[in-house]
This record gives sequence, structure tokens and C-alpha cells, in this order.
Amino acid sequence: MSVRIHVPADSAALALGADDVAAAIAREAERRGIAIDLVRNGTRGLLYLEPLVEVDTPEGRIGFGTVDESDVAALFDAGLHQGESTHHLALGPVEQIPYLAKQTRLTFARCGITDPLSLRDYEAHGGYRGLRQAVTMTGADIVAAVTASGLRGRGGAAFPTGIKWNTVLRAPSEQKYIVCNADEGDSGTFADRIIMESDPFVLIEGMTIAGLAVGATRGYIYVRSEYPHAIAALNHAIQTATRAGLLGPDVAGRGRAFELEVRKGAGAYICGEETALLESIEGKRGVVRAKPPLPALAGLFGQPTVINNVLSLASVPVILDKGAQFYQDFGMGRSRGTLPVQLAGNIKNGGLIELAFGVTLREILYDYGGGSASGRPIKAVQVGGPLGAYLPESQWDTPLDYEAFAALWAVLGHGGIVVHDDSADMAHLARYAMEFCAVESCGKCTPCRIGSTRGVEVIDKIRAGTERPQQVILLRSLCDTMLNGSLCAMGGMTPYPVLSALNHFPQDFGQVAGDELAA
Amino acid sequence: MNAPDTNVAQRVIGDILALHAHDGLLGQDLLLPVLHAIQDRLGFIPPDAVEGLAQSFNLSRAEVHGVITFYHYYKTTPPARCTVQVCRAEACQSMGGDALLSHVQQTLGCDLHAHTADGGFAVEPVYCLGQCATAPAIMIIDAVHARVTPQRFDKLVAKLVNNTEETV
Repeated sequence: MSVRIHVPADSAALALGADDVAAAIAREAERRGIAIDLVRNGTRGLLYLEPLVEVDTPEGRIGFGTVDESDVAALFDAGLHQGESTHHLALGPVEQIPYLAKQTRLTFARCGITDPLSLRDYEAHGGYRGLRQAVTMTGADIVAAVTASGLRGRGGAAFPTGIKWNTVLRAPSEQKYIVCNADEGDSGTFADRIIMESDPFVLIEGMTIAGLAVGATRGYIYVRSEYPHAIAALNHAIQTATRAGLLGPDVAGRGRAFELEVRKGAGAYICGEETALLESIEGKRGVVRAKPPLPALAGLFGQPTVINNVLSLASVPVILDKGAQFYQDFGMGRSRGTLPVQLAGNIKNGGLIELAFGVTLREILYDYGGGSASGRPIKAVQVGGPLGAYLPESQWDTPLDYEAFAALWAVLGHGGIVVHDDSADMAHLARYAMEFCAVESCGKCTPCRIGSTRGVEVIDKIRAGTERPQQVILLRSLCDTMLNGSLCAMGGMTPYPVLSALNHFPQDFGQVAGDELAA
Repeated sequence: MNAPDTNVAQRVIGDILALHAHDGLLGQDLLLPVLHAIQDRLGFIPPDAVEGLAQSFNLSRAEVHGVITFYHYYKTTPPARCTVQVCRAEACQSMGGDALLSHVQQTLGCDLHAHTADGGFAVEPVYCLGQCATAPAIMIIDAVHARVTPQRFDKLVAKLVNNTEETV
């Protein structure tokens, strides 16, 4: 009987040499006359252990990580193929690794377990149960279930998904659309990429359910060009689902149509803003639209459109399968269900951590993350992407909850966390935030287009010590204009990292107490 | 990569347009897919293709030019044989991304947004390759590499140069 060995083909593993490891395993097994069945699974999200090789045994899957191709021969010597755990890279049963065992995997239930491109594997692990439930329901009942689950937009804005869907459901139109925002451009985020590469069918299923719910027959997934593996996985999975009758003119044999297409972005960060994304699908410059009208009423090609993030749509199947109450039972306050925390940057154990809302930042940083990668003290963490605030240690006991973060003038956003150790220069990072805004602004509104460039200049003067107290006042005034006068979150939230850096780390800006008063 | 012959480029673009058209018509929403297909085949979008594209899509030249220049991904000049994209975003900065960029520029003798004199290498910034938990990350041609130290970068380049010499 052959031994089943898993080597992830997720791009995080590939970027660390997983293809070379897989080739070395195949070579070594052949040389030793050992029959193996090599499966290219997705990632478990334990990215600090990638490439993480797993071997099937009667006791479950035994893990080995971080594996380099040069380790493979020694791993076979130590009995890898028999699931022996004597080698120093052996991790024991993967599902008992505390980092994974302590998580609540709802949206990411199958990631790393299945072959991402196998529909059979997907269905064997609970896939398409949500859709089979949805086809027996009216659109209004599906929308009601999503509303009752408490699911809020996982892209960052946290708008209740069910309410958005209800607006589209009630908008009269011949043609409606489901658009998935997979333009995951924020540093510190990779959960969308993991879903698309490691479990693409769950996104397809979620979008199909959304289509049935609101009466949309066509969907688009807008994926950034930096994610070629995700695009390939989605295209493959769409073909497979279409052949199986789960997409197309007659979804699951129930006489309702839903077609799906992947559109590739072209390296514009602003296209992660929903209206810019719609413009881009329409073949135009990714320039932000003024709202109203809401995309739910006049979205893609002027038609009612559900536009949701990957994770919002990928959370829908489990809600339909297990019920709104099941999902709603996780979480705290008005933050229901689970949040896929993405722990990144200068951290020892970076990866994906799906947990019910409510855990504190400190637990994430130390219990899961194990402290900084450099071994130096952690200085600041940026939560919610490049437009999120920097939090100093005094704020790390905040629970992961949308409202708790808002109360600190911070954003939980999509749950991306980037860690910086004490070598970080916060004034440099504040300057970077302005510079990034200047590079990526769509240019439509003045506060964002011009304000970001002026912001870089002002911070340069502050760092150089030129009329520092006056320049700090100017920077605050500029941030006020950007916050209140920008058309979208690009200009409107760039002040979050800038001002939080200034407020919590004034010494990095060369400020001493009383500076601003003296101006 | 050298600029392809104008006639070759025209034929390639003509084929791409024919492939994307429905009943001889091209909706504007197909402009990005067409531009991607052209760049995939030619390595860049030749500026003299703009007029033909505008006609095919029933758009003004300004509109087509506006789209091409809005998106960082589209190139209007022939690319280097090997483009190294270095991630400049926060997570990579927190793990020595700035030092890595300096090392890359020094090793290749090439500034950001520039080509080496022989056209062999170009260094470009990129804002996030989605490898933030295993930073810093770079992309060499179309392959992403994570946890890149200066030493690892040197090895990757050496491997690349060897492979190129073998194929030549």
C-alpha cells in the first residue's frame, strides 16, 4: 500500500521551495522503492512552518516542518514514510499543534486538509452542503439567514452583509451581479489568497448562494495581478464546477442560472475600493465613484450589485449549512462569528489564525506569535492594513472586536496585523503611509491626491527638524482635511497610521513634551 | 527582451482582438483582458497600438491611453529580460526590506525603476506579494520568493545566471 504524503502548493509554500521539496520526496521515494501518493494540498495557514510536509498514518496526519529539499533524505532515513516522529523537524500530529488546535476553523475548515482542485475532496469535507440547503429556500429566506448570522463585511468596512444583500434583493432589475473583491492589496493580509488557492470551491459556492439569494445570474471575481496562483486555481475550479452542473444555466438542476468569471487586476491598489473596482471591471481607469448611488442599487454596468470581500462570501456556505444561529453563537458584542487574523511582519510564528472575535491582541502576539522574529521587544503593531492605526503596547489588551477598536480610534478591518520591533522608526513609517497614498491615489479628490504629497513634505521637514512645532500643527491640520474631505478610505484613512504614529511615538518625530504648545 | 517587429506586433494584437470579440464587437469591459493578453505575448503594450485599440473598442485614443497609464502593471516599453520586484510594504519593511532593496540594487548595479545597461535586469518596487508572514518577499520574473536574505538573493541570482548560460 502506498503512503500518502502532502506537500502544499499554496504560493506561501512555493515561495519557500515547496516544489523542490516535493520533487526531492518523489525522487527519494523512488530511489528507495517506496510507493507514495504525493498530494499537493493547500496550506494549513501555519506559515511559519512552511513548507509543512504531512504524512498520513493510522493516527492521523503527522507533520514535518520547516522542510528544505536538503532535509528530505535524512527525513526518509528517520522513517518519515512510516510517520516516525524521531527527526528534529517532526511536529507530531498536525491537528494537535497548539497554534492550530486552539483555532476555530469555520471559513477555513478545509484549508490544508484537502486537494484544493478536487471537487470530490471538497464535497467529502462538507462542501456544497450550504448550496444544497440554499436551493430549497427563497431568496428572502437566504438573505434573512445571512442577516441573522450577524456576518459583517470581512474586507474591512464591517458593513452587515445581509443588509447589503437585502437592498440588492429588493432592487427591481432584469440583470443583477455578484462581484467578489479579491484585490487583496493590503500589506499584512493573505487570508483571501489562502482561500482562493487552498479552497477555491468555497468562494464559488458562496457566490452562487449570493446569486440565488438576490436573483443575480452573473458573477465576477476581481483578483489582483500579483496573485497568479489564485487566478489559476479559481479558473480551474470554475471549470470543474461548471462541468459538474454547479455553475452555469441550471445550477444543481434547479433551473436557475449562475455564471462566474475571473477578472485580473493590473496593479492598482485603489481598485480594492469597491467603486474603483467596478470601474476597472468595466474597462476604465480605477477612479473612485461618488456615493450615492450605492453599488447595491447602481453598481456594475449601472445594475444592482452585491460587492463583497472574499472572506464574507466564503463564510456564507457554513452559515447556510449549519444555520445562522451556529455562526452567531461565536464572537462578542456586535462582532459575530470568526475573524481570520493574519499575523505578519516581525513575528516568530506568523500565519493565519481563525478565532471567534474577543481574543486580545496580546494573546495573538505572544501566545500564538511567540513574540518578535528578531527577538527584540515589539514596539508597535499596525492592525487593519496600510490605512490602519499603529497600536503601542498600552493598547494590546484590546479585544479583537470592531467596536472596541473604533473606540481607540483604530480599525480592526480585515484582521491583518503587522508587527514592528523596537528598531522601527515610526516617523519613517508615517512618511511611508503618506508616500503610499501619493503613489496609489486615484487622483479624483484633492485631499487625497495633493494632501498625500504635501504630507510627505511636511513629515520630511519634521524629521529634519525644520520648524518642527509649526510643521506638526500643519500635519495635524492636513490630516484633518484628508479625514473629512476625501471621497474614499484611501485619503480618508491614511491619517490613521500617520496620527497614531505621531501621537503614540512622538519621540520618533523628534518631539519633546510641550513642543506643540511652544509653536 | 527586444522590441518585436511592428508587423509581428500588429498581427499578434489583431489575433487577440479577434479572439476576444463577440459577433465582431468588443465591449469596453474587455479592454483590460485584451491589454493583459497583449502584454503577456509581447512583454509590453506598444504605444503605436493605441490608435488601433481605440478604433476596435470605439473609444478615443485618450481613453485607451488613460487606462494603460493608470495601471502600474502595464508597461509601454520593452521589459528587461529579468525583472526583480522587491516588496516595499510594511510587513517586508519590518523584516529588513529596506536593506534587502539596497542589496539588490547594489548587486545588480541597477536603480529602482531602471534597467541595467545591458537590459538584463530591472528592479521594480511592488506593494505586497501576499507573503507577509514570511517576509521579506521578492518576485524574480514570475516566481515569488519569501524569507529572502541578501545571501539567499545572491544564490537565486547565481542560479538564474547559470540557467541562462546553459540555455544560451
